[in-house]
Amino acid sequence: MRKDRPTYPETRKLYRWMYGLVMILVLLVSAFISMNIFFPHWLYQSETIITSSETNSDGDADKIENGIHVRTGLIDAEGLMVVVQNCTSCHSASLITQNRMTEERWNETIKWMQETQNLWELGPNQKVIVDYLVTNYPPMKKGRRMVLKDVDWYELED
Amino acid sequence: MALLIGTDIVFGSNMPEDYVPLALHENDPFTMFKKNKDMVLLNDRPWNMEAQAHLLDDDITPNSCMFIRNNGHVPEKINPYTWKLTIDGESVKHKKTYSLADLKSKFKQHTYQLTLECGGNGRSEFDPPAKGNQWTIGAVHCAQWTGVRLKDVLEDAGIKSDAVYIGYHAVDEHLSYDPNKEPISRGCPMSKALMDETLLAFRMNGKDIPLVHGYPLRLVAGGWPASVSGKWVNRISIRNKVHDGTKMKGSAYRIPCKPVAPGTKVKDEDMCIIESMPVKSLITYPRSGAMFNLSKALTIRGHAWAGELEVSSVEYSIDFGSTWKSCTLKKPVNRLAWQRFSATIRFSQTGYYEIWAKATDSQGKSQPMLLPGWNPKGYLNNACHRIAVKVK
Repeated sequence: MRKDRPTYPETRKLYRWMYGLVMILVLLVSAFISMNIFFPHWLYQSETIITSSETNSDGDADKIENGIHVRTGLIDAEGLMVVVQNCTSCHSASLITQNRMTEERWNETIKWMQETQNLWELGPNQKVIVDYLVTNYPPMKKGRRMVLKDVDWYELED
Repeated sequence: MALLIGTDIVFGSNMPEDYVPLALHENDPFTMFKKNKDMVLLNDRPWNMEAQAHLLDDDITPNSCMFIRNNGHVPEKINPYTWKLTIDGESVKHKKTYSLADLKSKFKQHTYQLTLECGGNGRSEFDPPAKGNQWTIGAVHCAQWTGVRLKDVLEDAGIKSDAVYIGYHAVDEHLSYDPNKEPISRGCPMSKALMDETLLAFRMNGKDIPLVHGYPLRLVAGGWPASVSGKWVNRISIRNKVHDGTKMKGSAYRIPCKPVAPGTKVKDEDMCIIESMPVKSLITYPRSGAMFNLSKALTIRGHAWAGELEVSSVEYSIDFGSTWKSCTLKKPVNRLAWQRFSATIRFSQTGYYEIWAKATDSQGKSQPMLLPGWNPKGYLNNACHRIAVKVK
């Protein structure tokens, strides 16, 4: 009475193979999730030091116009690309250009970013970056109150 | 809309009114967040944008002129139907979870107009300069918020007698995308949390809260640094100690407990958390730079606010503070809303003038004409606002 089922062993083999595949997938996914939970630094900070190299820059992305790096708005000067590569991957360059600090305070700020914001070790680049910042964006004297500047004069209609 | 993007929008029917998916724009924040073109972009990662004085002339600030302050990435995938708010912490009697529908149906709804000012508004004027976004004068707004009282929700979950503080948690992501870091998680003492005007809001100016301002649920604590008013809130912890979330410690939203000389280094333990914002005012009409004839009687107007307090008077000066004249000042529409002031000025000779405004709070404290006390992070600059005019 029993029907002949010649495909049976093959099917079983296929199931076994699929089961193995699924288990491997499950393992990979759980490994990825636990990496996320326990060692996010490994996943999100694989490049510990981004090295400087002006030759790395690719065409339009690093175009300079009137002494300004077009993409970021940073002043073109010694150390520009090290700053672009290390300082604009988490926040935009406007956070840099808005802020004017001394060497000591930039170093403190870098330390703060490393301790709390996942900034990587900068190695010898730290001096290049801080030199660039204090040379091109030095603190300005504002005193207790600045004069009103850049007033946009217009006729007041009634 | 699906045709434009080329794919179906999952939960498209849940999108807030007026919301345009981020994918439709090439990072133009003015279109993306529906902002006035005269708003000033301070930072694009994270998004930070401020108003100019003349943009804040409305009694109720419209979304188009509201400043944006973000610490992390604006969340993009929000489903209001599955949104949950959890009340937990050491000092909650029963940890509880509410859906948006629960909040709306279980508790009475209230609407208040509330002044929210960034603690760092005016930071750009400090010398030596302070680190952070260099806000000038436009990080303040007074919109109308509708929601339920935080007090009602906390009491529903039950507050233990040892509760001292609440801390919020939200779904925005850290700038580094590290899932273990919160961009910001601040809070306030129980006394502020239990005030009538402290809301868990789901509507702003009669519509769903715009995404960038905290859709679908925002904690709104008027009169305190706007960072207390957490956006995209999904958890509030009732703490038995001062909340220790991100930006509650160190120098964040803190000033020296005792005054210091400009540039002084201050130890973390000598810094105190900012609570109520100080008295301040803004001339919103005319826009700075107005030229008009000597025969004209110039009308000026603006808003004044004083954190937890009410503003009792506003004066103006056209001679750099030698003489002051009083402005007409309205009462606030509710506690913690800004107040309208106005005055009519006649000039006796032609020339360049600055019009300065100075508000005084109900405890007699006035705005300084010079910068107030220096502090390492450049908070609480409530120096008088002024505009330039020419009389012909």
